[in-house]
Amino acid sequence: MGSLRRIYFDNNATTPVLPEVLEAMRPYFNERFGNASSIHHHGQETRAAVERARESVAALLGCRASEVVFTSGGTEADNLAIFGLVKPGDHLITSTIEHHAVLNSGKRLQEMNCEVTYVPVDVQGLVSPEDVRRALRPNTRLISIMMANNETGVLQPVEEIGRVAAEADVYFHTDAVQAAGKVPFDVKRIACDLLSISGHKMHAPQGIGALFVRKGTLLQPLFYGGSHERSRRAGTENVPAIVALGTAAEIARRGLSDGGVRQVAALRDRLQAGVLAAVNAAEVNGGGVPRVPNTSNIYFDYIEGEALVIALDLKGLAVSTGAACSSGAIEPSHVLTAMGLRPERARASIRFSLSKQNTAEEVDLALALIPQAVERLRELSPATPAVAND
Amino acid sequence: MTDSPTIAVAMSGGVDSSTVAALLRADGYNLVGLTMQLWNQRRLAGREGMPEAVQGRCCSLDDVYDARRVAETIGIPYYVVSHEERFEQEVVRPFVAEYLGGRTPIPCSLCNNHLKFDQLLITARQIGAERLATGHYARIGFDSAVGRWLLKRAVDSSRDQTYFLFGLTQDQLSRTLFPLGGLLKSEVREIARRHGLALADKPDSQEICFVPGGDYKKFLVAYLAEHGESFPDTSGELVSSSGEVLGMHSGIHNFTVGQRKGLGVATGSPLYVLQINGERRQVVVGGGEQLYSRILHAKRVNWIALGRPTSTLRLGVKIRHRHEPASAMVEAISADEAMVTFDQPQRAITPGQAAVFYDGDVVVGGGWIA
Repeated sequence: MGSLRRIYFDNNATTPVLPEVLEAMRPYFNERFGNASSIHHHGQETRAAVERARESVAALLGCRASEVVFTSGGTEADNLAIFGLVKPGDHLITSTIEHHAVLNSGKRLQEMNCEVTYVPVDVQGLVSPEDVRRALRPNTRLISIMMANNETGVLQPVEEIGRVAAEADVYFHTDAVQAAGKVPFDVKRIACDLLSISGHKMHAPQGIGALFVRKGTLLQPLFYGGSHERSRRAGTENVPAIVALGTAAEIARRGLSDGGVRQVAALRDRLQAGVLAAVNAAEVNGGGVPRVPNTSNIYFDYIEGEALVIALDLKGLAVSTGAACSSGAIEPSHVLTAMGLRPERARASIRFSLSKQNTAEEVDLALALIPQAVERLRELSPATPAVAND
Repeated sequence: MTDSPTIAVAMSGGVDSSTVAALLRADGYNLVGLTMQLWNQRRLAGREGMPEAVQGRCCSLDDVYDARRVAETIGIPYYVVSHEERFEQEVVRPFVAEYLGGRTPIPCSLCNNHLKFDQLLITARQIGAERLATGHYARIGFDSAVGRWLLKRAVDSSRDQTYFLFGLTQDQLSRTLFPLGGLLKSEVREIARRHGLALADKPDSQEICFVPGGDYKKFLVAYLAEHGESFPDTSGELVSSSGEVLGMHSGIHNFTVGQRKGLGVATGSPLYVLQINGERRQVVVGGGEQLYSRILHAKRVNWIALGRPTSTLRLGVKIRHRHEPASAMVEAISADEAMVTFDQPQRAITPGQAAVFYDGDVVVGGGWIA
């Protein structure tokens, strides 16, 4: 099986570190190893690197460098935003399709005597800003709505939600982990107070992320220790990863203007159109509204998505479905079920997520595998009606 | 290598199925390791009578971890597939219903029939494996004279699991491999050690996998409570075989045929449960000698070694897992029913258990005791 050609269409799960990102971070493991808080030469060298990276991230988000807090990833950034602001007695508004980093933070808040409203989504997976407005209460402290959904890629109306938050004078956080580098945005236009990104979703390594914290927003830190990150996140900086995130942010920003992102969109559209043309009883989840350019979530009636993921993996194509539970088994997606999909349709859905490292040739190879794999699954599926095999 | 057929291995994280994977891998097959996620131990944890912490063996993260480590050690792809809904519907629900109806179920057979050799085999075939290998102790052969697949007892008779496999169809048998059928358990552990599997000395699993601590009564209560269902009143009369009411009992699900303890009546001679009448919620008790019976009625019979027999057959019939097949005449009385008449009366023929028919080592068929 070593000779199998591997194609990776699961970039919403994680992305490979780009060669130039790896090169940029490499010296910071041994040559430039200083603690960025040290006063000597070694510390000055890494301090400068951290601050350059901060500027690059700020440029991608449209904020000031001082408003960027480096974290261990998207989950920590979400936790810092939520637990940093919401206190017992406060009310949080979020949605039913958030990442578990937000959903389970909401659950924890409920155990801490906070109130949480989970606004629903429509059949396309969109949150309605009106629903958010209607959910406001006198004690609403924070609205947390993601920018792009990780499973469908559907872009949420964050600018309108930002206006709802501003009018009500409540904080607005958006989890932009799946949007950063895929769509241009600017924290000023969104009018958000907090915004999370994750390194490994944009070709930096796993274990690094950042939270934009609007100037003047007082956050209760999650960790206690030194005064790193302007006392918003204690702990010695992960310098190599921070440098990598800075480089990845620069590359992402360039990709947004030089057509790199359009290229990914073209590949995604080619894949999606090819699949729909070759397979009957298949449809795009959330395909009727704006999405990030790299994602397509397609359901194939009469199959178990889990089996299709395995079948394709054994042929060398990496895709995914739903969220994996701790054992690695697949649970029906909370996002797709929140969109009103029947559980069997949610379970029959597959997420394809591309990156600019994918090629048209890979898309064509995938298109040669997918219809065949779906057909075999349907042939053997007890759920397949006799006519569907014609 | 890529040209050899792909075989799926059902991996539980135990030593048997791990050894199957190691053996087939050494034979040069392309393998895919699959573990079924069937039951979430956390579901009932902490409910009344259930342990706070997750303890049971079924689908525990530890077992998945072990299976994954074995797959990695021998270098095969490995996946966990979730069949929780089907397991609950086909195994757990019937398990609960059988006890509440006064019968003593065998969930392992239901799991084999509906999950392992049905759903998992389908999944295996869907992902490109034509056959499924498991760590069961049993053998499969093909009888070319009659053109049928045969199920045979394992060489290690103390480990033989054919009693739980009588439901396998010809199609299922034709797609199944039992590589351990010719081995002794001690040999299996030795092979595991030789292949460097860290779990070579892992203890065997014993209890019903989804019932923590083996206490099925507490499980029934916790399961129904989880579903918001009140526990049905299954209490009733304790009667003698002549119909005389001897007292009251707390619920038929607390009894199984042959049980002696916990009857709550004191008489001069020991009393045993002879029969449980689910409809009337009666538990019939009597002396030990009354436990013996020569006749049983088997339902939902599956014939393996032959089609439905037209004449009465002299076979060995096993009525519980730890029972030596006893000589009997077996007659097919309908498409899926059989009447079994033993030469010698058998102790505690228990509704809900299986009656499996043997001709020497060959499993001729089997059904559920009515």
